[in-house]
Amino acid sequence: MSNIPENLRYAVSHEWISVEGEVGTVGITDHAQQELSDVVYVDLPKIGAHLTAGSTVAVIESVKAASDIYSPVAGEVVEVNSALAAKPELVNRDPYGAAWLFKLKLANPTELEALKDAAGYKAQIGG
Amino acid sequence: MTSPSELKKTPLFAAHQKLGARMVDFGGWSMPVQYTGILDEHNAVRQAAGVFDISHMGEFFVRGETAGEVLNRLLTNDVAKLAAGQGQYTLMLNHEGGVIDDLIVYRTDELEYLLVVNASKIDEDREWILQHGFDQSNFSDRSAQFSALALQGPKALEIARVFLGAGWPEPKRNEITPYSWNCEVVYAARTGYTGEDGIELFFPSEVAENFLFALLEAGKPFGLKPCGLGARDTLRLEACLPLNGNDLSDRRTPLDAGLGFFVSLTKDASFPGKDALLRQKSEGVKEKLVAFRLKDKGPPPRPHYHLFRGSEPVGEVTSGAPSPTLGYGIGLAYVRADSAEPGTQLDLEVRGARVPVEIVKKPFYKRQS
Repeated sequence: MSNIPENLRYAVSHEWISVEGEVGTVGITDHAQQELSDVVYVDLPKIGAHLTAGSTVAVIESVKAASDIYSPVAGEVVEVNSALAAKPELVNRDPYGAAWLFKLKLANPTELEALKDAAGYKAQIGG
Repeated sequence: MTSPSELKKTPLFAAHQKLGARMVDFGGWSMPVQYTGILDEHNAVRQAAGVFDISHMGEFFVRGETAGEVLNRLLTNDVAKLAAGQGQYTLMLNHEGGVIDDLIVYRTDELEYLLVVNASKIDEDREWILQHGFDQSNFSDRSAQFSALALQGPKALEIARVFLGAGWPEPKRNEITPYSWNCEVVYAARTGYTGEDGIELFFPSEVAENFLFALLEAGKPFGLKPCGLGARDTLRLEACLPLNGNDLSDRRTPLDAGLGFFVSLTKDASFPGKDALLRQKSEGVKEKLVAFRLKDKGPPPRPHYHLFRGSEPVGEVTSGAPSPTLGYGIGLAYVRADSAEPGTQLDLEVRGARVPVEIVKKPFYKRQS
């Protein structure tokens, strides 16, 4: 069973975002890490990169394949989780905590309304 | 993409679901990619034992006084070297020397041979074989009637002994022995695709599910795990065993692929591609299939990534993965012959960035024997 915290917003492409002030923290869901399994490498964006909602922002590599990660909303990257370079397996162990991917300064906070809540995401993944 | 309902299923499909497998489309077959996880299954095979469903593979039987001679005019290796009960890795080529398929041919008795071919090539192989000396009287495609399991790992033989019981005529390396299990014929071959010792078992499809669960039960005390195609791929890559469709194709010859050991250019029999290979041997190969590794931790190589020497493109990756045993990215690539020596430093292009790699001797992994 997938863990789907109530306090987050979710993209159809399996990213979560939590927002504090004008900064959002983004990661991938528990369901996504289960689907990817055994994460071995994470390619993160550069600080200062400008993202649009739905743009490719990172790549997570499992043993089997490389998977694109998309930004749930528009904004500028202000911080990336450098701990994942040495410990990519954190993505499997703690997808909502230690394995956050990047933080961005939101360009348009109203985009958050287009994302799903926990119930909506749960319905999407059928779990 | 093939829709899930159109995918072919092996007789073990229901068993995979009971075992909690994640299924994927593999060349039109619904196959388990993993049960507990690729790393976990990979390590089980390196340290204890794993069992893979290989029922999707094709089983062809040819029979008759001249079957060996006809095979020798079809396949690259020298079939005449096989005594009854022995097998060999071999290739079937088109007239240009390109690979149609790589396979193992076993001489099951004096007059009969078993050919085990790749799942995605069953139809193409059968057509080619029937155009080159065999007909319905001496050839039979029994792919549907036979299921198969690969039992692989340092504990594989011990498990096979327990499972098949006293009296099982244990095959030596590359040998095949017939036996009976619950009154059903079972062929056990000392072959595999993981770089470990092991047994490949061929048996009637009607008993497939019982056979698998009985084997898993017998292997439990030894740490036997069901393993999927994900681990099969990383295991075979570490052992530098080529995958047809990735590392082999109808545009690459066995000499390009470094498989000259399995090609007899000295046998009397002529076979499709022989002239092309003789010509290539005198002219030299232009590109070679090499093994390379990442120098540091970094993104794993994947098929179709490009290799550079300075600014010059010199090769393309055909297989790549993070090596669970070694802890760094490894791959196979066709590289220009002047840049193919072990020790050569190249750059791998990954999403626009360059990552340093080094060509190394094959294989990446060799078991202690």
